[in-house]
Amino acid sequence: MKLYSLSGHPTLPCNVLKFKSTTIMLDCGLDMTSTLNFLPLPLVQSPRLSNLPGWALKDGNTFLDKTELIDLSTVDVILISNYHCMMALPYITEHTGFTGTVYATEPTVQIGRLLMEELVNFIERVPKAQSASLWKNKEVQRLLPAPLKDAVEVSTWRRCYTMQEVNSALSKIQLVGYSQKIELFGAVQVTPLSSGYALGSSNWIIQSHYEKVSYVSGSSLLTTHPQPMDQTSLKNSDVLILTGLTQIPTANPDGMVGEFCSNLALTVRNGGNVLIPCYPSGVIYDLLECLYQYIDSAGLSNVPFYFISPVANSSLEFAQIFAEWLCHNKQTKVYLPEPPFPHAELIQTNKLKHYPSIHGDFSNEFKQPCVVFTGHPSLRFGDVVHFMELWGKSSLNTVIFTEPDFSYLDALAPYQPLAMKCIYCPIDTRLNFIQVSKLLKEVQPLHVVCPEQYTQPPPAQAHRMDLVIDCQPPAMSYRRAEVLALPFKRRYEKIEIMPELADSLVPLEIKPGISLATVSAVLHTKDNKHVLQSPPRPIQPPASKKRKRVSDDIPDCKLLKPLLSGSIPVDQFVQTLEKHGFSDVKVEDTAKGHIVLLQEAETLIQIEEDSTHIICDNDEMLRVRLRDLVLKFLQKF
Amino acid sequence: MDIECSRLLPSVCAVLVDPKQFVADDTCLEKLLDWFKTVTEAESSLLVLQENPCLTELLFHVVKLQDVNSNILSFTLRLAGIFAAHENSFQYLQQGEVLLSLFSEAGPLSRPAWEDPSVRSGWIQGVGSMVQHERAVQFLCDCGAIDVIFSLQGDPSLFVASTASQLLVHILGFTMHSRRAVPLTTQDCDWPVCARMIVGHIEESLRSGTVPQITQALNVLTTLFGRCHESWTEVLWMRMNPFVGSLLEKEPLLAAHSLVDLFLSMARPQTLRTKAFNILLQPLACVLQAASQPTGSPGLLDESLNDSVITDILLSSKSSCAGLLCQTLAHLEELQPMSHLLIDWPHVPLLSAVMTILRFCSGLATPASSVGDRLCGILIGCFRVQRSALDFLGTLSQGPSPSELIRGVVEILLVYLKSPDSSPTVLKKAFQATLKWLLSLSKTSTSSDLCPQTQHFLRDLFPILQKRLCSPCWEVRDSALEFLTQLTKHWGGRAGFRQALLSSEVPELAEDLLRDPESYVRASAVTAMGQLSSRGLCSNPIGTGSKNDEKKSLFLELLEILSTDSEGFPRRAVIQVFTEWLREGHTDVSKDKEQFVTKVLQVVSCDLDWEVRVQGLELALVFLVQTLGQHETECPYAVEMSSVTQSTQLTESLQMLCHMKLFDFIFSALCDCDRPVARKSCDILLYLKAKLAHHGSLQGSGEACTESLGTQNTAWLETTLRKWKARDQGQPSEVADRGDCQEPDDVLEVLRSVDLEGLRGTLAKSSDHIEKSPQSLLQDMLATVGILEENEADCY
Repeated sequence: MKLYSLSGHPTLPCNVLKFKSTTIMLDCGLDMTSTLNFLPLPLVQSPRLSNLPGWALKDGNTFLDKTELIDLSTVDVILISNYHCMMALPYITEHTGFTGTVYATEPTVQIGRLLMEELVNFIERVPKAQSASLWKNKEVQRLLPAPLKDAVEVSTWRRCYTMQEVNSALSKIQLVGYSQKIELFGAVQVTPLSSGYALGSSNWIIQSHYEKVSYVSGSSLLTTHPQPMDQTSLKNSDVLILTGLTQIPTANPDGMVGEFCSNLALTVRNGGNVLIPCYPSGVIYDLLECLYQYIDSAGLSNVPFYFISPVANSSLEFAQIFAEWLCHNKQTKVYLPEPPFPHAELIQTNKLKHYPSIHGDFSNEFKQPCVVFTGHPSLRFGDVVHFMELWGKSSLNTVIFTEPDFSYLDALAPYQPLAMKCIYCPIDTRLNFIQVSKLLKEVQPLHVVCPEQYTQPPPAQAHRMDLVIDCQPPAMSYRRAEVLALPFKRRYEKIEIMPELADSLVPLEIKPGISLATVSAVLHTKDNKHVLQSPPRPIQPPASKKRKRVSDDIPDCKLLKPLLSGSIPVDQFVQTLEKHGFSDVKVEDTAKGHIVLLQEAETLIQIEEDSTHIICDNDEMLRVRLRDLVLKFLQKF
Repeated sequence: MDIECSRLLPSVCAVLVDPKQFVADDTCLEKLLDWFKTVTEAESSLLVLQENPCLTELLFHVVKLQDVNSNILSFTLRLAGIFAAHENSFQYLQQGEVLLSLFSEAGPLSRPAWEDPSVRSGWIQGVGSMVQHERAVQFLCDCGAIDVIFSLQGDPSLFVASTASQLLVHILGFTMHSRRAVPLTTQDCDWPVCARMIVGHIEESLRSGTVPQITQALNVLTTLFGRCHESWTEVLWMRMNPFVGSLLEKEPLLAAHSLVDLFLSMARPQTLRTKAFNILLQPLACVLQAASQPTGSPGLLDESLNDSVITDILLSSKSSCAGLLCQTLAHLEELQPMSHLLIDWPHVPLLSAVMTILRFCSGLATPASSVGDRLCGILIGCFRVQRSALDFLGTLSQGPSPSELIRGVVEILLVYLKSPDSSPTVLKKAFQATLKWLLSLSKTSTSSDLCPQTQHFLRDLFPILQKRLCSPCWEVRDSALEFLTQLTKHWGGRAGFRQALLSSEVPELAEDLLRDPESYVRASAVTAMGQLSSRGLCSNPIGTGSKNDEKKSLFLELLEILSTDSEGFPRRAVIQVFTEWLREGHTDVSKDKEQFVTKVLQVVSCDLDWEVRVQGLELALVFLVQTLGQHETECPYAVEMSSVTQSTQLTESLQMLCHMKLFDFIFSALCDCDRPVARKSCDILLYLKAKLAHHGSLQGSGEACTESLGTQNTAWLETTLRKWKARDQGQPSEVADRGDCQEPDDVLEVLRSVDLEGLRGTLAKSSDHIEKSPQSLLQDMLATVGILEENEADCY
């Protein structure tokens, strides 16, 4: 059993597991941090950005971070754990010869589609005037300024996919539900479990009859909107692959939400605007819910909230219809019937308005001071670029970073100097190290496998020994482009026995409670299922030449001699010999057993624990007689 | 003993001795004993016995009964002990030989009931109560009771055995104490007989070589030396020394634990105190070492820390580490006020230790060893330890701290106040600690205004306070408001503070919180705004009149809360603020006090919350005092005005008060269905009565005025009293209409007619005063038995 690590990003994993005869890809996250090396794509011509000195040229915008560690066309299935971890899907399904199936839950697919749609929309609506690729040449790259010259494997960076590719990729997905058992080629069974992190997010169990591998990716124990995490089903795993822990282990989400609200209120009170660069789904639902409860107490009832994204409408509506994937509280609301998320009420009362982009209605209805939620969190493309340009000059305004995927300082770099206030409140509800150690204590896997980042404290906080995975035996770690042999051997395989064959067996009790029977059968293996079938009938004497030819094809099947068991009590054996006319019997003890000496017949019978030898000179009759006497003491089956 | 109880007592005694009756609730017996104890302490116990012969009969009867309930027997033994504690009663009982039959070897020991531990325990307690005079001791020696006590030391019941040991200590202590005058030697003949018996028994036990006996003897000695430090104990120790010494020489060591206990109890308290204190300091020393802080003064760090036990406990698990640190910090916090008693209270090392803990908890400390690494992992984000440490840090503000440490304290406090990860409870503690440090800083500064360091602190503090006032968590908003209130209370007059506050948005934010959805926050906002307004730090004048300002005045806003808020807390806060404003003469209130009070009381009188009404009465009292002046006795040096002027003024004042309908409010409060309200009203009326009596107004108007009272006025009094009566009988008031009290004479009439002192007495009694009385207990006991009888009857 091997694990191939294709991603170096612990929260955007892409691993391939070879288990029995299957090749399973676990997630395909897309690491977009390399976009930070590029200038923002403004919706409106920005003289400032285009007049920046130096490398102002633009290139492809999204990047695939994969290596040629494994031939991706051999991947049988891809298991997706949440919508953030499927963003590289078109690159794999469309350009590698992949012919397998992708499994994901319905919300994952729908919201994943929204994220991809938004991404494609953001990139395509600002067509590039020029593009450059020569710089990717190692010789040229070496001469470039700092972050770029150090970037690794720039040649693997790709252009963003198209909507057509997205649609094609998504068509290969088969929808699954929590706890649904999916057979893969009869070899293994995979099951998604609720992971509590996002709508439809899942952990996966990959098991055969005797082995169980759990894949934990992006899970949360906090009570937010999704269904709570299913921990019990993870018990008794041989291997637990642990990825997608919180990216900000030192920030507690509750504290951050508090920080978010207070800063928002203080800014708006002073007549400033608040900009929140975010993804169109996920934490935004919780933030809106939190604001719904907060705005009255903070006297913000008259401040408009804007959500601008090409998929804003779909995202807000999808959230309301996936009732079965929500936490218990929200599920019960559906039966009242009430919308599970309070943002419905915000929309109804006109406190929250959503627009596909800043063009059109928004520009007519826009009022300040206001709060704007919009993408993309990297600040490199999407409507957020416009607001950064618009509001950056005033110290009354505030940008609040809530998504933890990008370094906010790097994201802000092209906008410097910046007068607006910047607040960093990363909200990451995924497991922290304390929760992980509790989870591992509860679930008790035999082995834990995780990205190397989780086995040492973050470089900036080297003394924080609490920020590592603490388990026994210590977790095995992997890094990008590494192949890990998982630390357990497969020892058993399940074989079925046909009823008529089973019927013919006559078990013999050899110890209390233990019965044995010999089985003579043909092992038939198909689709990774093993079946014992009755052996063909003994070969009939050939009646004709034709028949003989047929019987030639039947495998040679000798009549088997019975197996023997038991031990020979020497004293009784000697008595028996004497009864049968052998006199002058002597017994010698040896290290391994006994030697029975028939002096007259010049014959030795060597009795040992696992063998008996009769040594006599060319007297076959005697040998057979003695053999039969020996056999009387043994059980045959 | 009152007559009613004396009347009930014979029936109760009869129930107790009647084997057919069964007192199911044995707490009754305990209560009965408690009562007898108070009775015998309060009056002559002999008289009680003589006046209630049923008691002596009870004792006799129980002694004679063969088949007696063990609870009753135990009760009787203890009862006899309580009476025998008084020498004359002892003699009285001795005459009838009751005591002999109860406590001698021939007593209950031979009965089957003795098998019950409660009987043996009752016997011991009886003997224990009795040993208050020489005669009793003599009696015990003579009747063989001492030997019984010796045997009870090894009783199978641990309670009995331990009480027996304690009884021996008590008897020995009593005997020796009464022979104090005579100088003592180790010679046997110098000791009183009873003491000789006991000491002899102890010596014999120590020599016995059997573990249980040695343990019993050692336990007696341990208790004795622990309790009693008189000089004779030293002589006793000299006698015991060889025996205990020989025990130590034995191999294997017998009763080792008990020996250790004995030595511990003999150690001198000062040494122990120092040792205990050092133990308390150990965990903190360990923390300091883990962060390799420079060593402090002696007592905390000079001894190198070799105590691996402490370190092991600290590091064994998160919960034990947090538990140990919290306990240590809590104990030290209790000790701090007594720090002058300890020779070396290591203030500075303690301060750096607690700061180190707080740094560990917030992930700021850099560990210097593997112990540090582990501590760091355990303590990060541990709210319990954070809370205790912040509490202790606050306590340590009382003490001389070097300025570089103060800078550190300020830094760490800001970290906690700022951190989004601080839980609401931690934040509350951080605010409290900050307040203490700020106040202590201002104490040390000599100038009238704040020192530059404090000014600097405030500049950092206000933005944080602003953010906390906007927190989505109501607990945080609440503690931020409380902090603001306290700080304003202390520093409202200091220019530096006023400047920092007014240049921030804090006052506006606080005002907005008057409309907070959470009632506690509204209440705190009310208090804070009240305080800010008193200090002139509120942009909004409170002007009592309804002006056409675009913004509502603070007074009207608070008045609206008082009249419309659905929760009690904000309303209570408002009325408190109003009282405070009136008391301290808030400039805006002083402009038209009468109108202010009238408006407030009008709203308060309809309030459903009794606390609001009580506070409303307090406001009325403040106004009365301000109008009529203090109690004369309270101000002996006040300049006396001519009585004519005074009475003219008084009449005018009374007229004004009537006009304000203040008396309506006070009188209807007197009939309030909530006792505290009525009490408060009664107090006010008593004040008024005293005030008027002093000026002779009450006598003056006496007979003459009665005539002039119209029928309507008498009717008003009757109505009020009827209401009062209705309340007393627990009926809802039928008379809804409120009488009008328009004239000062009416008030005077009421003050004359109503027995206010008597009323206050009645109101002062708690509502269960009847249920707690001994009559009630005796009646209950009889009633229970009565019910049992009825049940029996039902069965047939």
